[in-house]
Amino acid sequence: MSTEVAQGEVSRTPAAQAAEDRPGRAARISRDNRAGWAFAAPFLFFFIMFLVWPIVHGFYLSFTGQSLTGAGGSWIGLANYSEALSDPVMWKSLGNTALFTVLSTVPLVLVALALALLVNIGLPGQWLWRLSFFMPFLLASTVVALFWTWMYNPQLGLINSMLEPFGVEPIAWLQDEKWAMISVVVTTLWWTVGFNFLLYLAALQNIPEQQYEAAAIDGAGKWRQLFSITIPQLGPTTALIVILQVIASLKVFDQIYMMTNGGPNGSTRSIVQYIFEAGFTGYRFGYSAAISYIFFAIIVIVSLVQFRVTARRSS
Amino acid sequence: MMSAQVLTPPLGVHPDAPATPARRRRRKVTGGRIAALVVLIVLAVTWLVPFAWAVVTSLKSEADAGATPVTWLPAGGFQLDAFTKVLSEGNIPRWTLNSLLTATAITVITVVISALAGYAFSRLSFKGRRWLFVVVIASIVIPPQVLIVPLFYQMLTLNMVDTYWGIILPQTIAPAMVFILKKFFDQIPEELEDAARMDGASRMRVFWSIVLPLSRPILAAVSIFVFIGAWNNFLWPFIVTNDSSLMTLPVGLQTVKSAYGVQYAQNMASALLAAAPLIIVFLFFQRQIIKGVATTGFGGK
Repeated sequence: MSTEVAQGEVSRTPAAQAAEDRPGRAARISRDNRAGWAFAAPFLFFFIMFLVWPIVHGFYLSFTGQSLTGAGGSWIGLANYSEALSDPVMWKSLGNTALFTVLSTVPLVLVALALALLVNIGLPGQWLWRLSFFMPFLLASTVVALFWTWMYNPQLGLINSMLEPFGVEPIAWLQDEKWAMISVVVTTLWWTVGFNFLLYLAALQNIPEQQYEAAAIDGAGKWRQLFSITIPQLGPTTALIVILQVIASLKVFDQIYMMTNGGPNGSTRSIVQYIFEAGFTGYRFGYSAAISYIFFAIIVIVSLVQFRVTARRSS
Repeated sequence: MMSAQVLTPPLGVHPDAPATPARRRRRKVTGGRIAALVVLIVLAVTWLVPFAWAVVTSLKSEADAGATPVTWLPAGGFQLDAFTKVLSEGNIPRWTLNSLLTATAITVITVVISALAGYAFSRLSFKGRRWLFVVVIASIVIPPQVLIVPLFYQMLTLNMVDTYWGIILPQTIAPAMVFILKKFFDQIPEELEDAARMDGASRMRVFWSIVLPLSRPILAAVSIFVFIGAWNNFLWPFIVTNDSSLMTLPVGLQTVKSAYGVQYAQNMASALLAAAPLIIVFLFFQRQIIKGVATTGFGGK
């Protein structure tokens, strides 16, 4: 106790003196100060070690010709960035990523909403619905890729065999440039829609029941209630889901890498895959770091724009 | 499957988790309800087809799995050959162990350091708290994929490539979880702590014996979310492990896929074995997991 009092006297600031009439306050502040840093220290250590350091070091690397083998660590200025900006593969990968983001976000929001609305009606079999739609979310990307590569198999796959009776010729879903992107989007929808579905379901259950009762008394039918109460009440949830989904889709890598390896003809290669390839198959760490930072900048800009838009809409 | 329902009710005390008012309200059998039910059944079946197809394929002989025309019922009958082959020859048990070990370590470290930091940001007015919190929150926007090159470089420097620590440590920073925990701690009435502090209890003691017990639901939610993410993570473990005996399930499975080539039944058997642990846990703790994902979901991901 005595050391703490002494400490309090040492750190006697004007603010502490103003609080002279409340003895012990300065001591308490200094005690909180030490406790605060002590509580935060373990996290801060890991944070600096595995987040701050790499992000700073990566930025430095992007200005060097560093290779995986250790050679070429010298400063080359903006050479990596100017190379990246005139690299058709990078632009193509960015384009693919944007396309994937648009194609996946729309159904991932709308289907999730439809599923949640249907389940929320309160039909029997509640656990079964949740199980069916959410279970794929618990699968590792590798498992998802194995399942769906098999479903899409041109000769032996279930999808083509189900289409056959309708006179559809076997389609090479993952090998045909026309279909590859759509196919990975369908897989992604199946895999992750359950997450958005759960968020919608939680939000639906928070809409006050009285609103529906009041609307029913006013003679509003079920469809009317859906569009005048449910959908507007879900507005903030939808905004959040869209933000999270766009960011998640921009980061796509696993399932595409495993199902098409970015092919055919690089038509599904995402920007994260290009970062990976530049660094770990091309051994060009510096160049890979530069593309990482271009991608990072895009993520930051997209986040800020979305944040702006939703903040304005809600105000 | 019934057990999932029987086991959960005691814990379903959250106001929004059990039967919703909507569910109690409309019980009449109407045309609309029947139509909705039919649509739901069709959708649920569609969602379950890839699972069912994987199960059926895994129970076929390789000859039947590769035969045309494609059928649900194999000519040679169902068998467990693919599973016994995969389990006896493959590394799946080893990878499962690696996944369990690394995912558990990641979860424990993440939850401990995030909870301590969350409490510091919530309750302890230390110098620099505000700007530090801003930095931590801002870092949520950093995509982990951006860090793969410098992190790998760092692992080379620290001699952690192909080690468990190399898999674990870079996955323990979850600023979003710090934020979620801080928000939860903010809601705990401060008077509860003040009383204990009057009696001379230290901060650590207050945290341990008052704050943590009150925070069990959020700690469970965060743990579930972190564990699922760590269990299924692919990119980082894929980059940092080359030694097959250190691989996690998702990474190891990726090498099996290329090694087995056209052995479809074995491919599906391995995939199902890899999927099984989380699915089984989910069947038993469905409600808690759904609740956990829904609460952490908005801040996480």
